[in-house]
Amino acid sequence: MLEARNIAKSFGGETVLKDVSLNVPNGQVVAIIGRSGSGKSTLLRCLNHLETVDAGEIRIDGQPMVTTGKLGTPVYAPKEELRTLCLKMGFVFQNYNLFPHMTVLKNLCQAQVKVLKRTREEAEKRSRELLAKVGLADKADQYPCQLSGGQQQRVAIARALALDPEILCFDEPTSALDPQLTQEVLGVIRELAQEKRTMIVVTHEMRFAREVADYVVFMQDGLIKAEGSPDAVMGDQRTAELSAFMGLLGDE
Amino acid sequence: MQYLNHPDLLIKLLAQLAQGMGTSLYIFFFTLLFSLPLGLAVALGRMSRHKWLSAPVAFYILIMRGTPLMLQLFTVYFFLPRLVGPIPRLESTLIAFSLNYAAYFAEIYRGGIMSIDRGQYEASQVLGFTRAQTFTQIILPQTMKRVLLPVSNEVITLVKDTSLATAIAVGELFLSAKNATSASGSVEPLFIAGLFYLAMNTVVTIFFNWLTHRMEYYRG
Repeated sequence: MLEARNIAKSFGGETVLKDVSLNVPNGQVVAIIGRSGSGKSTLLRCLNHLETVDAGEIRIDGQPMVTTGKLGTPVYAPKEELRTLCLKMGFVFQNYNLFPHMTVLKNLCQAQVKVLKRTREEAEKRSRELLAKVGLADKADQYPCQLSGGQQQRVAIARALALDPEILCFDEPTSALDPQLTQEVLGVIRELAQEKRTMIVVTHEMRFAREVADYVVFMQDGLIKAEGSPDAVMGDQRTAELSAFMGLLGDE
Repeated sequence: MQYLNHPDLLIKLLAQLAQGMGTSLYIFFFTLLFSLPLGLAVALGRMSRHKWLSAPVAFYILIMRGTPLMLQLFTVYFFLPRLVGPIPRLESTLIAFSLNYAAYFAEIYRGGIMSIDRGQYEASQVLGFTRAQTFTQIILPQTMKRVLLPVSNEVITLVKDTSLATAIAVGELFLSAKNATSASGSVEPLFIAGLFYLAMNTVVTIFFNWLTHRMEYYRG
């Protein structure tokens, strides 16, 4: 369970998030949609402490990651606590960010061994299971540069899963991929959704969001403009703003 | 053709030069041994968020790169002893060279570290690596590959720079050749010494080509 309250964030005077609150209950898939610059990626990055918030509170399983201090400014949990707390979250980047100097297997094992202190055997076993799950069992000994974009993204998903996060976050995971490779990656995410994994997916894939998400959040200008079940948000009753956005994408 | 026509003189000369080269190699290896790791420390100091650390380090780099190495060598050999007591010639050379080369290596490392994509830091962070782990396991190994070429440039320059130790009468290759030239009046020893430097740098070049090839197991 993740709760974010009144998150605000600006970069150099430009307000990217104005006042955003979001609840992600366990076992739900939340899709965040919106145009580029609407603040959706920034929101996701704030939830994972890749950005620090200017205001607001974030709790994971009730444990505070950031709260409002006496002076009204945000106060983050102490460093080590924060690191452990952030480990409850997994993150998949738009451009994968695999470690190029490590084999696929090592990409998956390294954090398990160094951060979670698993033995190398345990870590390898778990890694190979996950690689099989994303359909890349035969790529364990390859380097990321030898894989296609879709394969790299699946490795990145497996790498995030290797640390057994409670919530898995995707930041436009298919934006860098062509339609065919996109389907490979969406297939994996779809499978994870069927396992009732808690996920937050920032995406441009409207059809996918509608199909997979339990809850859809539509953002514009740093605010949540519409939220609810996919049918309520994206169906015939959708707001004019969302219609305009979906029209831009040429979707449906 | 005083030497080339007299094999016995040539052999004697080659023996002298080989001995000098031994000293040159000694300077070369120990300078690298000290300056390569020291450069990393300097690079980290230069990149520190704390001004009290980064500012003096930046000044140090400016001095080291901005003044002649020979002058630095004189400073260490003639002036440093006034503060700390006598320092032998060879040790003076190692101190001056190591401090100088560390500054160059530091800037090369810094460039390499800064060239690593921000995404690598972010990926490390979300995977729970500490800052130290991120640096040693993710950033540094990738930096190594990227700095190889500029570092090889400096290493090749160092082979030739060892000849500057002549200025404080360290008996290395160049001094041996100069002495032979003075004694015989022939410039042949200097040119033969040139071939010695060329030979050393051929080995260095082959070594770095091999290392570059070894690093090609990944792109990036």
